[in-house]
Amino acid sequence: MASVERPLSPHLQVYRPQWTSVLSISHRATGIVLSVGGIPLVWWLVAAAGSKESYDAFAAVAGSIIGQLALFVWTVCLFYHLANGIRHLVWDTGNWLELESARKSGYAVVGLTVFLTVISWIAAYVAM
Amino acid sequence: MSLRSSLAIARGLGSSKSGTEHWWAERLTAVALIPLTIWFVISLIAHLGAPYEEVRAWIGSPVTAVLMISLIVATFHHAQLGLQVVIEDYVHNEPVKIGALLVMKGLAFFLGLLGVFSVARIAFGG
Repeated sequence: MASVERPLSPHLQVYRPQWTSVLSISHRATGIVLSVGGIPLVWWLVAAAGSKESYDAFAAVAGSIIGQLALFVWTVCLFYHLANGIRHLVWDTGNWLELESARKSGYAVVGLTVFLTVISWIAAYVAM
Repeated sequence: MSLRSSLAIARGLGSSKSGTEHWWAERLTAVALIPLTIWFVISLIAHLGAPYEEVRAWIGSPVTAVLMISLIVATFHHAQLGLQVVIEDYVHNEPVKIGALLVMKGLAFFLGLLGVFSVARIAFGG
């Protein structure tokens, strides 16, 4: 046993999840998802650079139920990472660092993610 | 008396391997990706379901091709910088960590290059 009670960094197993900490780890999680999303992005370009057959093969997968579901997850992650990334850039300037503004800007990020996802998919279905 | 060389003192990096380059590059690509991502999503929606020839004409036009290449470079650079931190945070076994970093960075480089080459091929009419 340590005789001195030193401050410890939060340990995940015993630390209650909070609004700000959940948003923080979500930034990392969505970043990982978006990195994996780079693979279909490149596939799309490779398919377009290939032949009509290769492009139609990509379009068939992208247009399928699973493809659209994956695209939906991608848009949610993209808009979240974009909005929360801007929040991070504001933090880098030394602003919004107080608990209250961190909590409120978190609400704005989630609100913006939902809003951008919904209008994008409405626009997508109208455009199709 | 310090045993550190004059050059080491001037660099001021201490025992770290680098200074703020990683942090700075991550922010720089993040800022670039804000307009590029918004442009990409809007353009993508506008071309949804477009036939093969139309998509190629769109990607191959000079402004689109350059924006698309910028998007690919910024995306994969930003992704490999971010994934590097994730690996460094969670993988504590040194050989496994170095292996994971090499594979991840190699994949990011290859995929980015593949994307850039594809856009160039479309633009130059290959």
